[in-house]
Amino acid sequence: MQKDLLQVSHISKKYQNSSVTTVALDDITFTIKQGEFVTIMGPSGSGKSTLMHILGALDKPTSGDYILDGHRVNDLSDDELSEIRNQKIGFIFQAYNLLPRTSALKNVMLPMSYAGVPEDIRLEKAKKLLELVGLSDRLYHTSNQLSGGQQQRVAIARSLSMDPSIILADEPTGNIASNQAEEIMGIFQSLNKSGRTIIMITHEPDIAAHSKRIITIKDGLISSDVPNNEKLKGINY
Amino acid sequence: MALLVPMYQTMKNLKELIIESFISLTLNKTRTSLAVLGIVIGIGSVIALISLGQSSQAAIQSQIQSLGSNLLTVSPGSATQGSVRGAPGGVTTLTLADATAIKTSPNITTIKNISPEVSKRSQIVTSSANTNSQVIGVLPIYSEVHKVELQIGNFISETDDQLMSRVAVVGPNVATTLFGDDSAIGKTIRINGQALIIVGVTTSKGGTGFNNTDDYVYVPLSTAQKVLFGQTYLNSIALEATDADVMTQAQDEVGYLLLERHRLDDPTKADFSIFSQQDILNTASSVTGTFTTLLSGVAAISLIVGGIGIMNIMLVTVTERTREIGLRKALGAKKKTIITQFLAESIILTFSGGIIGIIFGIIASFIYSQVSQSAFIISPLSVLLAFFVSTAIGVIFGWYPARQAANKEPIEALRYE
Repeated sequence: MQKDLLQVSHISKKYQNSSVTTVALDDITFTIKQGEFVTIMGPSGSGKSTLMHILGALDKPTSGDYILDGHRVNDLSDDELSEIRNQKIGFIFQAYNLLPRTSALKNVMLPMSYAGVPEDIRLEKAKKLLELVGLSDRLYHTSNQLSGGQQQRVAIARSLSMDPSIILADEPTGNIASNQAEEIMGIFQSLNKSGRTIIMITHEPDIAAHSKRIITIKDGLISSDVPNNEKLKGINY
Repeated sequence: MALLVPMYQTMKNLKELIIESFISLTLNKTRTSLAVLGIVIGIGSVIALISLGQSSQAAIQSQIQSLGSNLLTVSPGSATQGSVRGAPGGVTTLTLADATAIKTSPNITTIKNISPEVSKRSQIVTSSANTNSQVIGVLPIYSEVHKVELQIGNFISETDDQLMSRVAVVGPNVATTLFGDDSAIGKTIRINGQALIIVGVTTSKGGTGFNNTDDYVYVPLSTAQKVLFGQTYLNSIALEATDADVMTQAQDEVGYLLLERHRLDDPTKADFSIFSQQDILNTASSVTGTFTTLLSGVAAISLIVGGIGIMNIMLVTVTERTREIGLRKALGAKKKTIITQFLAESIILTFSGGIIGIIFGIIASFIYSQVSQSAFIISPLSVLLAFFVSTAIGVIFGWYPARQAANKEPIEALRYE
């Protein structure tokens, strides 16, 4: 049995807006083990983005505990959160979020430079990772010289650069053409096969179909949490 | 050795930081150069004005030193009648008898030479030209006390004074103005309708400004008093002390003698004043010093305005790059890292502005010195100060925007479009 990598117990997130209190997440509890490939699904406004921010240590829950690879996220300072994100989480965003006018190589090296990795090691590793995602011929292309799919592959390489415990992907295929989306999913599956834990957020059922477990969120609550036995047609939110 | 490795690493990181900052600054060239311009103007004018102040101070010093360093000048002060104090120089109590008394008094031990003088601005007229000059009635000793040298002819002699001769010695500027390239010796000039023959031309002392000795016309004291101006009093008495160390003592000795002669028992009511060259030098220096300070102050204010411009630009940059900052924080940048990045940018802005400003300031002072024919002085201290100040402005005015950047929440920043 794999160890628990990520424990979410009874977390809630409320936003206070003058007189109105909005509940984005309401008493969510689940656990993700090492090596899982989980999709979090839900319509827009369901609270899945809020959940993703909390899982990514970008935000703290209003109540409840979140333990990420042995660290209680609630207790950490801003700088400690930065360090946790740097060490434990590899982010992949819908809009790629690469540094503009910066080469693919420099983008991949960025998290390592924040960790204080010496330059020669950074360079070597970034080259290796870009090769892994099939971009060895695009090392010195800047972000605006790459297609959407290529940019997302650079982002994947970047997310792997610190050997994080978890890859956290927020709508990774939302902005790219479907044939390129399939390629991206192919990379995700091979990463998962080699033992990486992946949490992916999406609202597209065909993308979710590539994962092994699907958690569905609706109105801030978990509406279902099922293993993905290929057939997804039954899921209806 | 153990220390060298992290140091090498730090140097490499610093280099990377500088390169990165340069790249992001060159992305918006117009904005960057306008922001830098504020600093360039500020630093440039500070450098130029300090240099201007120093060169005019040097010019005044060398001019006054050339007039003699152990020189005291007695000038008529203002007479006090009851509580009403008259205008300085308005009294006529300083006479040749006072000068003679200083010479003969047994109480005066520190004075070597005494030169009683009459001076008045007058129109100097020849048949074909005229000019306005300071006409000075002098005794022969004047040339020794004031270190006057002649390029041609002779100075006023003892006989000239005794015979009330109608002769004059002119400064080189006067000679050139009136006679051009011709020799002035033997030529006739008219002052107040009286004809005088030129017997000598002095050597140029190269002074500038209002009291230029090259513009003077010298005549015998008796001629000036009785023939030209009809006055019995003196406009000043120049005294040469035996030594530069006894100036204060000489000042006291002469002061008491004159008080006694003028029947004044209260030194605060003296109708004369005694200046040393040092006093004049100090006054002149303090005047130019005040001007320099004032102008540098104005320049410093423009520097502050420049700094505010930098802050403004940095705040705009921080807002524009909210997404980038959010991303960097999400990927593990700590507050310190973000602050360092933005501070580096603002320091590079102000530092490069400082360097350009220093260059412009030096060029401006050089041009000024060429045009005004004064000394070209750039003190290394002011350049060093400019480097320091421009860097400090980068830190001071960059700090707030950098903190704003570092305090951005990563999710807010990531959502920002």
